[in-house]
Amino acid sequence: MLTQSSNRLNNLLVPILSIILGFIFGALLMLVFGYNPILAYQAMLTGVFTSPYFFGEALRQATVLTFTGLGFAIAFKAGFFNIGIAGQVLVGWVSAIWVALAFPDLPRILLVTLSLLVGVIAGAVWAGMAGALRAYFGTNEVIVTIMLNYVALHVTNYLIRNVLSTGNTTERIGENASLRLDWLTTLTAGSRLNIGLFIAIVVVALYWVFMTQTTAGFEVRAVGLNPFASSYAGMSAARNIILSMVISGGLAGLGGAVHGLGTFGNIFTQSGLPNVGFDGIAVALLGLGNPIGIFFSAILFGILEVGAGFLPNQAGVPDEMASIVIAAIIFFVGANYLIRFFINKIQTNKQATEGGE
Amino acid sequence: MSTIKLRSLLALGTSAFVLAACQGEDAGDTTDTIEDDTEDTATDTGEDTSDETAEDDGEDTEDIDFRIAMITDECGVDDRSFNQSAWEGMNEWAENLGLSDEHFAYYQSNDSADFIPNLNQANAEGYDIIYGIGFMLLDAVNDVADQNPEQNFGIVDDISDRDNVISLTFRDHEAAFLAGVAAAETTETGRVGFIGGIAGPVIDRFETGFIAGVAHVDESIEVDSQYAESFSDAGIGQQIAAGMYASGADVVYHAAGAVGNGVFTEARNRLESDSDEQIWLIGVDRDQEEEGNWDGGNFTLTSTLKGVGSSIEASANQTIEEGFPGGETIAYGLEEEGVDLTRGNMSDDAWAAVEEARQAILDGEIEVPEFTYSE
Repeated sequence: MLTQSSNRLNNLLVPILSIILGFIFGALLMLVFGYNPILAYQAMLTGVFTSPYFFGEALRQATVLTFTGLGFAIAFKAGFFNIGIAGQVLVGWVSAIWVALAFPDLPRILLVTLSLLVGVIAGAVWAGMAGALRAYFGTNEVIVTIMLNYVALHVTNYLIRNVLSTGNTTERIGENASLRLDWLTTLTAGSRLNIGLFIAIVVVALYWVFMTQTTAGFEVRAVGLNPFASSYAGMSAARNIILSMVISGGLAGLGGAVHGLGTFGNIFTQSGLPNVGFDGIAVALLGLGNPIGIFFSAILFGILEVGAGFLPNQAGVPDEMASIVIAAIIFFVGANYLIRFFINKIQTNKQATEGGE
Repeated sequence: MSTIKLRSLLALGTSAFVLAACQGEDAGDTTDTIEDDTEDTATDTGEDTSDETAEDDGEDTEDIDFRIAMITDECGVDDRSFNQSAWEGMNEWAENLGLSDEHFAYYQSNDSADFIPNLNQANAEGYDIIYGIGFMLLDAVNDVADQNPEQNFGIVDDISDRDNVISLTFRDHEAAFLAGVAAAETTETGRVGFIGGIAGPVIDRFETGFIAGVAHVDESIEVDSQYAESFSDAGIGQQIAAGMYASGADVVYHAAGAVGNGVFTEARNRLESDSDEQIWLIGVDRDQEEEGNWDGGNFTLTSTLKGVGSSIEASANQTIEEGFPGGETIAYGLEEEGVDLTRGNMSDDAWAAVEEARQAILDGEIEVPEFTYSE
């Protein structure tokens, strides 16, 4: 019992210490290059927190990152590295927009649900391909998902140019397909924060229920821990591989649909894969696969990414510094052995002195 | 990093005033980047503080209270191409008017989702004109322009129908035509390459003009035309360039923003591993000659120039003098000196041919086609 509760504490301590260390590392780097780190962090935080608009934008960014983070996390729990989140976001985005443009006259509740659903299915199918190839042919899912990213990018650009429009951007979707809520927009001084935030919170809860309270979730975790033992216990490895990849892609597709219907309201030719896909991997790593952790790390990333915009003009620091801080945080999460080592050392020292009585 | 260097350099020049003006005010501005320069300018500051009044009007040159900002597209401000030329133009504008670096700023977009927050951030800072650099920003500029009818905006490379937006477009096909003439006059293999960024009306102008220019000299020269589907991924640029050079093209023209950096890398690698092979590259948007330096000389044949910077300069000055030309579209071509071709490392014969073609375009004898695919 004791070890379990201290483990849980450690699980919370590792990301928090990583964040602190990441900020310290960023500060040191800024000092080396002659920038003022206090001013930089101050610009970032006051920029986001004193303005409802930018706070709303940070939450909006966090919404999408929650979906992509959860998407990466579930495949990771099952033992797979879904690098294709970005591509799945893109197919979810383009198909949701496609549906929204194809049925402009449906009632809002129906059209929004339908668009989101199609986005989920598109992402699920995209990732499911990699899952099926892995399950039945043993292909490496990392390579397949990376390649599918580029297929998604070019197919999307083709669709935008040739099917959905004649130029580089599609029409705007109608009001009845938009995820924006008037009161949220007013509350955040016109930001693009939308109903997706609440969907994200619901999905976080559903994710937790699925993973901890259902048989299917247990099987996914078991396959991730030891595929051979689970198949010996009668679980189908193939089914669980495909299931976890389908859910992973579905979540990413939902993120893409929310990005499309909430953030942009259209889709335009992409010059590269959406950053939210790759940032989702970092969010999941920082959240250590825990849905609530992922939600909060998504918020942190949203704040860092939106706050980065304040660095150049308010603090004279290049905004790439924010990316360095993010990278450093992820580095320390990855190198958590080091952090755990020191925590353990401190704890055993404490126990040794207390145990003397 | 080069822009930061540029900024600090420029800041150094004006820091005497800036430092004086900012004492006691909130420190949240770019002067912190030049902390290291404080010592050098300390003496100047001493002089200036004497005539420092309450606010910004301490010097004659500061009479113009006009501030402009630009929002980059996803390539960032130091893409050595499109965005950078806009930024350099803004620097030059301020320098010509003797304005401090508080009068102009850039907001970098790392993702298309950043466009609108960046525009709003600039809007909150109260700049007189906020320019969106590149057609990718059109929707974002239109949205923010609708929400802020009192604020003036600019869009480069696309046309907005809003009354508070000025559209700056370029007849890039005319410069690309000249690049095509230069390439056709230079090639020895009878094969040249074109690398585009993202397919669309803007890059189509470059491609159409280039192909027409090549055909103008010699219709038998093959043009290998490919798109990177990116303006930022240098890796893809390098890959495409490798394929083109390997298949016998000896002049490659890129119109692909930061993708072109990969094209330069590939050309340099090839020359350094086999210096007998003569290959050339044509740069885009700004004079990319320095990018083509290598141990054995320079492989940048020439660059098509796109006066993004000077168009911004001109529109800002026009606004200062006559008011904001909102809703107007200003097209820059060879005639307006908005686009051009550099002399570069062209042979005399090639340059003569280019000069001739330029004159013919100006005289209206050659009509350069603009689009291959009509919209």
